[in-house]
Amino acid sequence: MNTFLWGVLPYLCVASLVGGTVWRYRYDKFGWTTRSSQLYESRLLRIGSPLFHVGILLVFFGHVGGLVIPESWTDAVGVSEGLYHFNALLFGGLAGVCTLVGILILVYRRRTTGPVFMATTKNDKLMYVLLVTAIVLGLWTTLVSVGAGSDAHNYRETVSPWFRSVFLLRPDVASMAAAPIQFHVHAIVGMLLFALWPFTRLVHAFTAPLHYLFRPYIVYRSRDRQTSGNRAARPGWSGVGTTDRDRRH
Amino acid sequence: MRVMAQMGMVMNLDKCIGCHTCSVTCKQAWTNRAGTEYVWFNNVETRPGQGYPRRYEDQETWKGGWTLTHRGNLKLKAGGRVQKLLGIFASPVQPKLADYYEPWTYDYQTLIEAPLGDDFPVARPKSLITGENTKITWSANWDDNLGGSSEMGHLDPIVAKLNASVRRDSEEKVRFELEKTFMFYLPRICEHCLNPSCMASCPSGAIYKREEDGIVLVDQDRCRGWRQCITGCPYKKIYFNHKSGKAEKCTFCYPRVEVGLPTVCSETCVGRLRYLGLFLYDADRVTAAAATPDEGDLYEAQLDLLLDPSDPEVIAAARRDGIPDDWMDAARRSPVYALAKTYRVALPLHPEYRTMPMVWYVPPLSPIVDVLSSQGHDAEDRTVLFGAIEALRIPVDYLAELFTAGRTDIITGVLQKLAAMRAYMRDVSLGRDGDPAIPEAVGMSEETLYEMYRLMAIAKYADRYVIPTAHVERAHELEEIGCSLDFDEGPGMYESGPFGEASGRPAPVAVETFNALKQRQTSDSAMTTTPSGGLRGRVNLLNWDGNGAPDGLFPGGSSDGPPDTATTEGTR
Repeated sequence: MNTFLWGVLPYLCVASLVGGTVWRYRYDKFGWTTRSSQLYESRLLRIGSPLFHVGILLVFFGHVGGLVIPESWTDAVGVSEGLYHFNALLFGGLAGVCTLVGILILVYRRRTTGPVFMATTKNDKLMYVLLVTAIVLGLWTTLVSVGAGSDAHNYRETVSPWFRSVFLLRPDVASMAAAPIQFHVHAIVGMLLFALWPFTRLVHAFTAPLHYLFRPYIVYRSRDRQTSGNRAARPGWSGVGTTDRDRRH
Repeated sequence: MRVMAQMGMVMNLDKCIGCHTCSVTCKQAWTNRAGTEYVWFNNVETRPGQGYPRRYEDQETWKGGWTLTHRGNLKLKAGGRVQKLLGIFASPVQPKLADYYEPWTYDYQTLIEAPLGDDFPVARPKSLITGENTKITWSANWDDNLGGSSEMGHLDPIVAKLNASVRRDSEEKVRFELEKTFMFYLPRICEHCLNPSCMASCPSGAIYKREEDGIVLVDQDRCRGWRQCITGCPYKKIYFNHKSGKAEKCTFCYPRVEVGLPTVCSETCVGRLRYLGLFLYDADRVTAAAATPDEGDLYEAQLDLLLDPSDPEVIAAARRDGIPDDWMDAARRSPVYALAKTYRVALPLHPEYRTMPMVWYVPPLSPIVDVLSSQGHDAEDRTVLFGAIEALRIPVDYLAELFTAGRTDIITGVLQKLAAMRAYMRDVSLGRDGDPAIPEAVGMSEETLYEMYRLMAIAKYADRYVIPTAHVERAHELEEIGCSLDFDEGPGMYESGPFGEASGRPAPVAVETFNALKQRQTSDSAMTTTPSGGLRGRVNLLNWDGNGAPDGLFPGGSSDGPPDTATTEGTR
């Protein structure tokens, strides 16, 4: 069981993430969007969305710091385990709470604002369940660690080596298996989330427009060379009042 | 100097009767789809009025267009690049649906399905957003013909500005009592600017300007729905398709323009007030012109960008920059260049936004003429008209805020030219000799004035639309030249894909291209199967011209001989 969870599942998820993203980028560029619902409702969005997004970005960088950077490196620059752990819990916890509050506002908004709820697909719902679960489980690990005080489990001796070993293609199943249950559950849900990622609206994160900072303001382009001759019609041409808008009759 | 070509439009506002045909045909052609119910690539506003979306001209609220930094550089009014990216999670100043309107349909089904009863069934309005019953409270032209202006007239941002202006005392404020009202219509499409702020706002870089003809388009495959362009465009002519989650805008009907056809709005314009043609401009000087310190000089700066296609230097530079000779020829015959630069009667809309818009307007003289006629004056007499242009300050001030960033002298000059044309041509058409003093008074020769009259009043189709076609040797780049009648799944309906609305691969569709249809309509012979089997035994009845019986029109036709042989024999 351990071998499957920590030795096989990670690779399945990476395959799904990478393969799915390539496939989606290749075949569904038109569907690759944030699918913003700001036009329908902006009051709650203005609070919830930045809270969630800034929070999740901090959480992301926190994970990178905790999982990718070996403990020996932080030791080498003189950061003790206690200090590191305190910071991780403090800022990680804050960011996690921001993220959770943000996404709860967003889910509440999605459920209670008619047009936004109607624009919510089954796909979105599944994604929200996984995303909220992953966030809640992540906060749970933080809470348990805070509760345990100085005896808290040092995941940088179990989870992090395993995480790095996965990418070195020699998965260190044993060290991950030694981690407490909350880390196991959080990691599994996280892996599932990443496996599903390319097939949800979350793909918009992969096209975060950082190049905007560097590109020229005015874009010139020649007439489209790729669409020579007759081409299939693009999506976006369905009639007014399509099925999902009729749902409430 | 880097010469680039730009398709431009001029609208002669004197001729607009506010019939909204342009809006309706445009909507039928481009935005009669789910997600674009509220989208009007072309809309017609009554001015004074709030416009669409409401009060879009109030850039203190909507932050559209460019502004100058204290060092004199151009900067997006909504903020720099970092600021834009920080606002990406919830676009700070995006118009809400309420600023447009909630699109609706009627529940026609009840009319058919209602059970027998004493009361007539009623088709209740249903929101196209929520699908629920709705109350219609606003639309794209709710204040048409000054409807409600006595209550809401002050909400027009220009009226508000004029009212707040220190130049006038309270007596002179813009009045909306019916007898003192002036009004005109302002049809608006995307300006296809030389310095578009929507493009500069797009984090993905999905909005681009075509090198060949300057048409500004949104690449639907690269748009990620960050919504910054909607804020960026000061004319609010980029709309968010709430179903596909992408930005959409007026395409200048590029598939039509590429084959030499006018845009749908121009072609169907009842008043024939639209002109299409080429501008040549110097792309190297656009940014400098847009950064002109004084707003009042922006119109002149923009005019200076336009290059004279008859100038040998320009011709040489254009050849160097790859502009084909027939395009140069079209540029020399361009009606928009003539109206904007030669006669100087067309003006850009809101030059103060610093986007260098390329849809120009001839300001209307008719509100002034109407006032004069209603007061019993001879509204075609030069002295009366010229005096009125001076005296009727409010219309001139209003037009100046629209077209010249407040420069009333430019507006007065243009109106005087129009008045001179009117007065001069009245003499001519009454069989009298034209008075040479009239064109002289506005600095024109009799010949020029007459040419301007030909272009503006006679306005032949071929003079109004001078559209060079995209090049045959580059035909493979064209989208509209192919002729394929293959179809598998019929016209492009799509359902929700697995990743949300409008995702998934495009369904193949056979839309007959314009060229194929035209060829059929203009060829002498009846539509028949080509030796290569182009029709493949199927006939699209929608495109059948009723001329002859192409193979496949009737099922089960014998392949050995024409089916009517059997019929003849049978009768015998």
